[in-house]
Amino acid sequence: MDKARIGTCWLDGCAGCHMSLLDTDEGIIAILRKADIVFGPLVDAQEWPEGVDVALVEGAVSSQDDLKLAQTVRSRSRIVVALGDCAVTGNVPSMRNGIPTRKLLERIYVEGATVCPGVPTDGVPGLLKQAEPLHSAIKVDVHVPGCPPKANAILMVLGDLLEGREPDLGSKLRFG
Amino acid sequence: MTEKVKVRIDGEVIAATAGQTILEVARTNNKYIPALCYMEGLSTVGACRLCMVEVSGVSRLLPACTTPVQEGLAVATTSPQLESYRKIALELLFAERNHVCAVCVSSGHCELQTLAQEHGVTSVRYPYSYPRLPVDMTHPRFVLDHNRCVLCSRCVRTCAEVEGAHVWELAGRGIGSRLVSELQRPWGEATSCTSCGKCVQACPTGAMAEKGWGVEEMTKRRAAVSRLTSMREGE
Repeated sequence: MDKARIGTCWLDGCAGCHMSLLDTDEGIIAILRKADIVFGPLVDAQEWPEGVDVALVEGAVSSQDDLKLAQTVRSRSRIVVALGDCAVTGNVPSMRNGIPTRKLLERIYVEGATVCPGVPTDGVPGLLKQAEPLHSAIKVDVHVPGCPPKANAILMVLGDLLEGREPDLGSKLRFG
Repeated sequence: MTEKVKVRIDGEVIAATAGQTILEVARTNNKYIPALCYMEGLSTVGACRLCMVEVSGVSRLLPACTTPVQEGLAVATTSPQLESYRKIALELLFAERNHVCAVCVSSGHCELQTLAQEHGVTSVRYPYSYPRLPVDMTHPRFVLDHNRCVLCSRCVRTCAEVEGAHVWELAGRGIGSRLVSELQRPWGEATSCTSCGKCVQACPTGAMAEKGWGVEEMTKRRAAVSRLTSMREGE
């Protein structure tokens, strides 16, 4: 039987959800018996491949690059999982949402700079007006909140999805 | 002599006293009805809409915290319809302000967070409003973070009814409603505040907290506030 394909990525997040994924310890070996990780910070692939079965997306949608990657993930993946509070609610990245982006960038890169004041434009994606949860940009199939989600919650969700079950977080559901 | 009545809660016949509310009767008999604005020992306002129940013979839903029991009343505390409405009410609370659990002193001890988890709220279907709200740090010992306020008015009632100071009030209407201290004075300048901290203990979320705590560190002693009223009964 062909192995399932898992892809992971992070948008506007802190990598904490990916740390939690690593924190599954030997649990990840059981997952890797059933699936390959075909994209993510842990593997070399440069582009989100076609035919991904389960996509784990960490982070809020905050920049033009985030939006583009989220749309690619959606179009090339069967099940999209919003992993962690940033992807589910906007969380900490969304705390900037009450401030216009221009003002925000100037406060940090001009007023707050001691050397080379100026809003960076080269090689960095433009910020969207607000950092939004993933489901405001693309259709999300499964939400796994938590900051980060506990390793056992990620394992359970991955296990269920690979077995074709709809995951129910039950008592493992938590925000923060 | 208080009049005894018989009511049915989820099919079970329960003896109650006329004048008690559905919520009081349910809680004394270990029947769970969720609620956020209700706190034992305070008057009831029916603000959060989480304790809505189905009463047979009544076509609309009624808040259990403000509806008195009467002879023969039959109540359903849960149903698919109630569950779906409770989820809607919770999601709207989250959408209305900036409840960022990850950086909240009350995370892990928050009634709103707990209710969301109990009701299987995994995401919020409504667009977040991301209002820009202030944090009042003017009081020497306490903080008021409007981002986390659910307008339950437990602090308002605690201050007015238990402490007798009535520092707090709700101002404005609808989505613009805000908790205010002493006619919009900053909390630190409110001369009627006794700094007793009971409002902080009564607050279900991290909207009111003691200064000096980090994320997840602020636990509250709500029972201490409720106990004060129960000890005063019969005085």
